[in-house]
Amino acid sequence: MIRSTAAQMAAKLASGETTSVTLTQAHLDRINSVEDKVHAFLFVDEKGALEQAASVDAKRAKGEKLSPLAGVPLALKDVLAQKNKPTTCGSKILEGWLPPYDSTVVANLKKNDIVILGKTNMDEFAMGSSTENSAYGPTHNPWDLSRIPGGSGGGSSAALASFEAPLAIGTDTGGSIRQPAAVTGTVGVKPTYGGVSRYGLVAFSSSLDQAGPCARTVLDTALLHEAIAGYDPKDATSINAPVPQVVQAAKDGNVKGMKIGVVKELNGDGYQPGVRARFEEALELLAKAGAEIVEVSTPNFEYALAAYYLIAPSEASSNLARFDAMRYGLRVGDVDGASAEAVMNLTREVGFGKEVKRRIILGTYALSSGYYDAYYGSAQKVRTLITQDFTQAFTKADVLVSPTCPTTAFKIGEKANDPLAMYLNDIATIPVNLAGIGGMSLPAGLADEDGLPVGFQIMSPVMKDERMYSVGAALEAALLSQWGAPLLDRAPALEAGK
Amino acid sequence: MSSLSRDEVAKLAGLARIEMSEEELVSLSKEFTVILDAVARVQEVASADVAPTSHPLSLRNVFRPDVVVPSLSPEQALSGAPAQEEQRFRVPQILGEE
Amino acid sequence: MSLTYDDVVAKYEPVLGLEVHVELNTESKMFCGCATVFGAEPNTQTCPVCLALPGALPVVNEKAIESTIKIGLALNCSIAPFSRFARKNYFYPDMPKNFQISQYDEPICVDGYIDVEIETDEGPKKFRVEVERVHMEEDTGKSLHVGGATGRIHGAEYSLLDYNRAGIPLVEIVTKIVPGTGKYAPEVAKAYVAELRDILRSLGVSDVKMEQGSLRCDANVSLRLIGAEKLGTRSETKNVNSLRSVERAVRGEMIRHAELLNAGGRVVQETRHFQEDTGLTRSGRSKEQAEDYRYFPEPDLVPVEPDAAWIETLRAGLPERPSIRRKRLQEAWAVPEKEMAAMINADVLDIVEETVLLGADPTKARSWWLGEISRIANDKDVAIADLAITPKDVAEIVALVNSGDLTDKLARQVVEGVISGEGKPSEVIAKRGIKVVNDDGALMAAIEKVCAEQAETAEKVRAGHIPAAGALIGAVMKETKGQADAARVRELLLGHLGQPTS
Repeated sequence: MIRSTAAQMAAKLASGETTSVTLTQAHLDRINSVEDKVHAFLFVDEKGALEQAASVDAKRAKGEKLSPLAGVPLALKDVLAQKNKPTTCGSKILEGWLPPYDSTVVANLKKNDIVILGKTNMDEFAMGSSTENSAYGPTHNPWDLSRIPGGSGGGSSAALASFEAPLAIGTDTGGSIRQPAAVTGTVGVKPTYGGVSRYGLVAFSSSLDQAGPCARTVLDTALLHEAIAGYDPKDATSINAPVPQVVQAAKDGNVKGMKIGVVKELNGDGYQPGVRARFEEALELLAKAGAEIVEVSTPNFEYALAAYYLIAPSEASSNLARFDAMRYGLRVGDVDGASAEAVMNLTREVGFGKEVKRRIILGTYALSSGYYDAYYGSAQKVRTLITQDFTQAFTKADVLVSPTCPTTAFKIGEKANDPLAMYLNDIATIPVNLAGIGGMSLPAGLADEDGLPVGFQIMSPVMKDERMYSVGAALEAALLSQWGAPLLDRAPALEAGK
Repeated sequence: MSSLSRDEVAKLAGLARIEMSEEELVSLSKEFTVILDAVARVQEVASADVAPTSHPLSLRNVFRPDVVVPSLSPEQALSGAPAQEEQRFRVPQILGEE
Repeated sequence: MSLTYDDVVAKYEPVLGLEVHVELNTESKMFCGCATVFGAEPNTQTCPVCLALPGALPVVNEKAIESTIKIGLALNCSIAPFSRFARKNYFYPDMPKNFQISQYDEPICVDGYIDVEIETDEGPKKFRVEVERVHMEEDTGKSLHVGGATGRIHGAEYSLLDYNRAGIPLVEIVTKIVPGTGKYAPEVAKAYVAELRDILRSLGVSDVKMEQGSLRCDANVSLRLIGAEKLGTRSETKNVNSLRSVERAVRGEMIRHAELLNAGGRVVQETRHFQEDTGLTRSGRSKEQAEDYRYFPEPDLVPVEPDAAWIETLRAGLPERPSIRRKRLQEAWAVPEKEMAAMINADVLDIVEETVLLGADPTKARSWWLGEISRIANDKDVAIADLAITPKDVAEIVALVNSGDLTDKLARQVVEGVISGEGKPSEVIAKRGIKVVNDDGALMAAIEKVCAEQAETAEKVRAGHIPAAGALIGAVMKETKGQADAARVRELLLGHLGQPTS
């Protein structure tokens, strides 16, 4: 049962073939049996999940009209506030903190009766591409436990790939939904910026952060997308417009007559041969399905990584200032005679990990007087150029495509001491965040050289999210008929003990 | 080549309120030489005629009406406080001006 | 060696700069829906947003924007077609986010002025104070310092924080430098703040109570030798909490600077704190090493672009400028300058005007509000506005006196009754049985009784010694318990004693 899709689970719940309590318990059992190998969760809310499941079952028994995903379990990235449940953002500084409020994403999940299994592991404050920066230890890739599950949302992607949950929520600031999806053979979508409320999403970089749906199929992702998206008056950057019809697009999976633009700059040198091979094959399948493949050029993308690593740390240096030991969270060094300033300094030294500190210092520098124009100011201009590149490219194509990442999952520890090499992982995902458009990653197969999943990225213009679902669903269908079974069926069995 | 001295890192750490060991200051200073070179590339194309973009959306005038909504209870507000007294957050002595 | 003020202004020219922070009187906070009631129990008006809980986001209060635009218009500013919020980054426990949402290089209002008039040796003189900018920001929480001798921050063992005030909308009004005031700098500073306060009050955008901190002034002062071009180093005096203090602080700083300069020293650019008891300032933090606030556009908020129609609607709704209104009322009511000042000081101008509009004679309206009613308010130690008497009540009472239905003495009883909550004037009159005795028969009886009792005095009057009648009239009034009309009593009495009545 746990290996079926969320849509199938929902159908069985609707028909009465199973109950949410049974389904939830099955996932909790799965978590119990594989979690010591995967470590996808920071908190498993067994009691809360079963209570929620029971209440959905009761509603269904009463004949209440329920939402499409009612009763289906989900894994929530630990960066979203959930009332009275631990919310750590993978950081020591928030250990033990219980939010007195729900994020809008969580409120929407509850409104849709989606059962929250617990909170998933992540790079501290979503800074990282491997989940190694979690203060609570790394998550392991179910395809190869010695490898990273991507990051920052590695807990959510690993939970999906190990069948601990059929649905998950991620957040994507520079690729934190799409890159983990790519390296675990799952699907992840970063909606248009402003499409899903950021209220209650602990901010890393406010102008780039976006929460989004993760699942094992394009349709499941679309169903979750519609459940969490929509205008929120509590978020001043929320778009007040109807949610794009992503479920319909995912069901139709129609690409006939669509122009698909291959981004010249996001392919080639630095991309693993197996990644390129699967990407090229996917293009052929899309062409066969009736799409027209064109090439587009985005000359300023080569500056995207540099701009990102100035903008995100700058905003983060300010966003993370609130973690100061005064009102909540960790407090260190509060001994007789210590000053508030000394306590702040010590708490932030002990409470933040190395990567977080590195980025806070970098952001502090980029914003400081005398350097602002050269760094933060210049990065903002690059942002304009990248947005213009996208606007230009979207005049030639309905969607743009690229490999999601240059490589498949690397080994845990392999890049831990080389921040720049780590940052390069995000080279293809970052431009989407800078421009605020939508992006999806879905599995394109396994690389020949290492047998690990390869991600295919689809990018769509602002509030045209349905386009990436059309293309994603078409490609997924074509690949599935080629493979004969879902890609994840080829992943090693975790129970056997590896 | 951009670089950041140990003292500059120390000053930034002070601004960012992060205590740092000597070892940390020195190692960050070394790392920054590499990182700053990489990010300084933005200057290659950031000419004067390019307008900056601080935000991906072109939204304007997003307001809320001046209406009071219920606050948290003081118990909820103080629920995460490392220390409290008289329904207030208790913090160590504040150095600085009044 | 202590300098006199005259010594200072004979040698130096003061240059002023004033920054005023005004708390807006919106119902809810600047970026969240928490209430803004002054004096509420600690931490009862807080939420995830104003406590800066992880994940919370700000949303701008529309009324606060509207109030700020109104202020800008009233100060003759241009309203920026595009303005933005920015984060001002610095750590302080009273500021939950450790950054303040403020405005930096894109404020909402720029380039305004107000003219103030002060008394000089050569008579009234007008000074123009130019306003550089008006921008929006948010207030901080309040700290209570515990331990140590003074209750002050220095020597305190720890502090207790209440975030009720955190996030209340603040508007900062910054002047350009104000040169050319010469020896009148302290008066100009005071007149500017007073005029600003009156304007803000007339707009209804703030309580402008300096003692409660809803209007706070920082005074920047520097000196240069008369005739010199280059500006001297300035000091910034904070915590100036009354109009009188503004004047004292500027004067005090001018003398302090001059003493330093005369002794060959230099002024340090620093924040100073005004001390109400001594009238002197105390050194705060030196600004020689400037804070690096790392301002950048607030990414959680979108720009403000007020459209022309909105601005024009707000402009059309602006009230009459207080100083112009005062001149108009003074002329219309033919009130001497001193009386006008007394009304303004007692804050009764609005109610007097309202009373006059309801038909009362300006002199009588003024004398009721400024006299009897002010006295009662003083005794009770409450604001006149909080007494249970309205302009309508006073207008009614004045009318009853005019028609002879009440004497002045009885009218005072009615006023007192209305204030003590006995109801409208008519109800008080009915309940207390207050009535002018104008039954001639009853009056004649009293007159005859008094004349019999004081036969000697009555004889004097009968003999033509009219002033002696005063004692008899007094006795009759007493006999009728003050409910008689004294003029009628006089008329009847004189007639009774065979004297001409006019």
